[in-house]
Amino acid sequence: MQPAVEFRNISKHFGAVKANTDVSFSIASGAIHGLVGENGAGKSTLMSILYGYYRADGGQILINGEARHIRTSQEAIRLGIGMVHQHFMLVENFSVLDNVMLGAEGGFALAAQRGATETALREICQRYRLDVDPLAKIEDLSVGAQQRVEILKQIYRSANILILDEPTAVLTAQETASLFAILRRFKEQGKTIILITHKLQEIMDITDTVTVMRGGKVVGAVATAATSKEELANMMVGRPIENNLPRGPYRPGAPVLQVRGLQLSNRQHVKLLADINFSVRAGEIVAIAGVSGNGQSELLEILSGMRLPSAGEVDFLGRALPFARRHDADGLPLQFRALGIAHIPEDRLRDGVIKNFSVMHNTVLGYQDRLKNRWGLLDFAAIGRRCAELLKRFDVRPANPDLRIGLLSGGNQQKVVIAREVLAEPKMMLVGQPTRGVDIGTIESIHTQLLALRDAGVAILLVSVELEEVRALADRILVMCGGKITGELTIDEFDTTRIGLLMGGMHHE
Amino acid sequence: MNNHDLPRWASAFVLPVLNLLSALLVAALVIWMLGENPGESLKILVNSAIVNPEGLSYTLFYASTFIFTGLSVSLAMQAGLFNIGSEGQMYFGGLGLTLATLALDHSLPAWALIPAAMLGAALFGALWGFFPGYLQARRGSHIVVTTIMFNFIAASLMNFIIVKYLIPLGEQNTASRVFADSAAMPRLNTWLPVLGDTPLNVSFLLAIAALAVYGVTVWRSAWGYKLRATGLNQHAAHYAGVSISKMIIVVMLISGALAGLGSVNSIMGSTHYLSLNFPAGAGFVGIAIALMGRQHPVGIFLSAVLFGALIQGGFDLSLEKPNIPTETFIFIQGLIILFCGAMENFYAPAIVALLKRRKA
Repeated sequence: MQPAVEFRNISKHFGAVKANTDVSFSIASGAIHGLVGENGAGKSTLMSILYGYYRADGGQILINGEARHIRTSQEAIRLGIGMVHQHFMLVENFSVLDNVMLGAEGGFALAAQRGATETALREICQRYRLDVDPLAKIEDLSVGAQQRVEILKQIYRSANILILDEPTAVLTAQETASLFAILRRFKEQGKTIILITHKLQEIMDITDTVTVMRGGKVVGAVATAATSKEELANMMVGRPIENNLPRGPYRPGAPVLQVRGLQLSNRQHVKLLADINFSVRAGEIVAIAGVSGNGQSELLEILSGMRLPSAGEVDFLGRALPFARRHDADGLPLQFRALGIAHIPEDRLRDGVIKNFSVMHNTVLGYQDRLKNRWGLLDFAAIGRRCAELLKRFDVRPANPDLRIGLLSGGNQQKVVIAREVLAEPKMMLVGQPTRGVDIGTIESIHTQLLALRDAGVAILLVSVELEEVRALADRILVMCGGKITGELTIDEFDTTRIGLLMGGMHHE
Repeated sequence: MNNHDLPRWASAFVLPVLNLLSALLVAALVIWMLGENPGESLKILVNSAIVNPEGLSYTLFYASTFIFTGLSVSLAMQAGLFNIGSEGQMYFGGLGLTLATLALDHSLPAWALIPAAMLGAALFGALWGFFPGYLQARRGSHIVVTTIMFNFIAASLMNFIIVKYLIPLGEQNTASRVFADSAAMPRLNTWLPVLGDTPLNVSFLLAIAALAVYGVTVWRSAWGYKLRATGLNQHAAHYAGVSISKMIIVVMLISGALAGLGSVNSIMGSTHYLSLNFPAGAGFVGIAIALMGRQHPVGIFLSAVLFGALIQGGFDLSLEKPNIPTETFIFIQGLIILFCGAMENFYAPAIVALLKRRKA
C-alpha cells in the first residue's frame, strides 16, 4: 500500500536560517503518526509546506504515491489534507454551522446549503461521536468543544489526512482523553493523522510511528512500540534529559507571603476567588495545581498588583500589601516590585513582553524606573551590559540584544522574562505557567533556574496546569477548583489520582 | 506583507521617497490636464519655495507651525492614541495666548510677555487635550470621536468668544485687537537680512528645540519608555507598573500643549491678532506630517518643510499660472497623505522582491 504522505529531501530556508534540511520520511496510510521536536526544530515549517503555506526550496511531496506541487492551502484541501491549528480559526459569534460553511457557502443564497450542511454535520457527529451541536455559538463552547468544531470542519471538507498542531496544549486531561478517542475512530475509518506535540506521553499513548526532528533535520523515525519516552526525549534534545533535577534539602524559612480570606468577584458578581488562605515561606516552592480557569490566574494577578481583590488581606514580610483605599490597580505592580515581588506572567505575549521592542528593551520592562539617571534618562550603557550578561547567563539564543523579541522562539522569550525577573533579586517570585509552549531542553533549564532560586531562599508561588511540572518543582501543593482551595499536600504525598479528584472539586477528608 | 522584511534604510528612506514621487507624478498629470507644463510648474514651485532665500524663509515659517502640530499628533501616536484634535487644540491655544497678551502687553516687556503668552497657549491647548484624554482614560470614550467633537466645539466656542468679547468696539473684522509691538516674536531677518521681509521668527528655533526634546524624551527617557510600552502593548505596560489612565491623560495634556504652541508662530510671528479660524488646517496637516515622518524627529522636520514648501510654492505657482488654482496645494497635500499614509507600504512587496532577486 502506498504511504499517505511521503517527504523526499524537503529543504526550506528563511534568510540564513535553515528550517528544513533534506527531510525525508513517509507516513503510512491509516496510521497515527507523531511528529516531535523542540521549538524551532522545523516541524511547523514542514507542515506548512505540506499544507501549502510555504513552498519548499527543494524536494518533493508525494500524496498517496503521486508527486504533488501544493502551492496554496486550497490545493491541499482538494488533496484531502486538513489542518487543525493550535490557535483556532473560528468566528466567535457565528454558530458551528456557519463556521463550517465559511469558505464553502455554495452559492449566493445560504438557506438550501444550510439545511444540507446541517444534516451532513449531524451525520458526521454521530459517526465519530463528536458531541457538537451544529447550532451552538462558538463563544458558548468550551475550548475542547471548539477544537472538535475544527475537526468537524476538516471532516466535512472530506480530509483524509489530518494534521493536528499541539492539539492538547489547551485541553484538560478529560478533554485530551476524548480527543484521543475521536482520533482512534478516525483511524478505524482509514484516515491518516499527523500529530505534532511536545508531550511524549501522548506520543506513547496514541501514535503508531514517530518522527523526531532536531535542527531542521530528521534524527529518528521509529515505531512507537519499539521506543520509549526517554529515548525520544534524548533524540529530541540530542543529549540525555535529567528527570529528577538536583535540589537542596527542604528548609523553609520565615513566612514571606500570608494570604487571608482573599475574595474576588467580577462585575457580574460571579465569585472567581472564595476565601483563599495560604502562606508561602522563604526557600520553598508552593505550587497551585488545577485545571486552568479555576481562579489561579486571578490569584497571581492580585498578588502581583495587576488586579485588586474584592476582600481579604495579604501580608508580605509581615506588612499588609497596599490594596486598601484603592479604586484601581494602576501602577500597583510597580509598588509590589519595589517591595521585592517579581512576577513571571502566565500569558507571556500579552503581559510579559512587548513584541515590537528589542530583547534589550524588554529586559527593562517593569524596572524602567530603577535604570534611569537623575535626569530621568535610561542608562543604555548599563542596560546593554546587564542585557549582555543576562543573555549569556540564561543562554538566550540568538544572543543578539537588538533583535525584536517577537522573532525569538517562545522558549527564548520566556528565558528573557525569567532572566529579567531573577536579576531583580526578589524575595518572592510569582510564576505562572513558566513552560507553556516551551521545548524540553528549555523546560529543564527553566526548572533548574527556579530550583536555584528556591535554594537561595526565595519564596516561590508556582501556578501550573502540568502535573509533571508540579511534581518536578513543588515542596507543597495546593489544588484549586472553582475559585477555592480544595486540598493541600506535600510533595511526599504526591498522588496523581488524589490530585485529579481535588482538581475536579472532590473533597477528601 | 509587512515592512519588517525590509532593511531599515529601505523602509525609512526609499519607501517615503517613492511614495512622495508617486504623489507628485499624479499631481503632474493633473497639472498637465489643466493645460500647463508640469516640468515648468515644478521648477517654479522649487524655485519659489526652496531656492529663493525669501521663499525658503516663508517655507520654514509655515513649517514652524507644522512641526508643533506634527509633534502633537506624533506624541499621542507613540502612546497609541490617534489625536486628530490638534486643530482644535491649536485654535484654543491661540485663545490662551491672546488672553495673556491682551491682559499684559501694555505692562510687561517683551522678554516677560512672550513666555507668558506661550504659557497661555500651552495651558489652553493642554486643556483642550485634557478633556478627550480624561474621557478616554476614565470613561472609555474613543479618542478619535471625542477629538473630532472637540474640534467642532472649539470652532463654535471661539466664534462666540471672538464675536462676543474680543472684537474691539466699532470694528467689523472678526478678530481681536492688534497686539502691542512687544508681543511680536523676534524675526530672524534681524540677524539674517538675506531672508528679506519675511515672518520667519524665533518660533522656528523653538520648534527645532522641541523636536530634539521630543526625540530624547521618547527614545531615551524612562518616561518615554513607558509611553511607547503603552502604545505597543497596554497589558504589558500595566504589568510594568505604568498607570495607563494617567499616561493617557498626561500624553493628551502634552499633545494639546504642543498643538497650542503651534499658535505662537501663526499669531505672534505673523498676524499679531487672534482671528477667526486662524489655524486654517495646520492641525490636520500635523496628522499627515506625523504619518509621513513616522513620528521620528527627522521625519517630522522633513515632512513639515515639505508641506511648508507646498504652501509657499503653490501660492506662487497660482500667481504665475492662472490655470492652476490655489486649491492645487490642498489637492497635492491630499495625494501625499494618500500615498504616504494610507498606502504607506504600497511598494514594499516590490522592493522585497527586488532585494531578494539581487541577493540570489
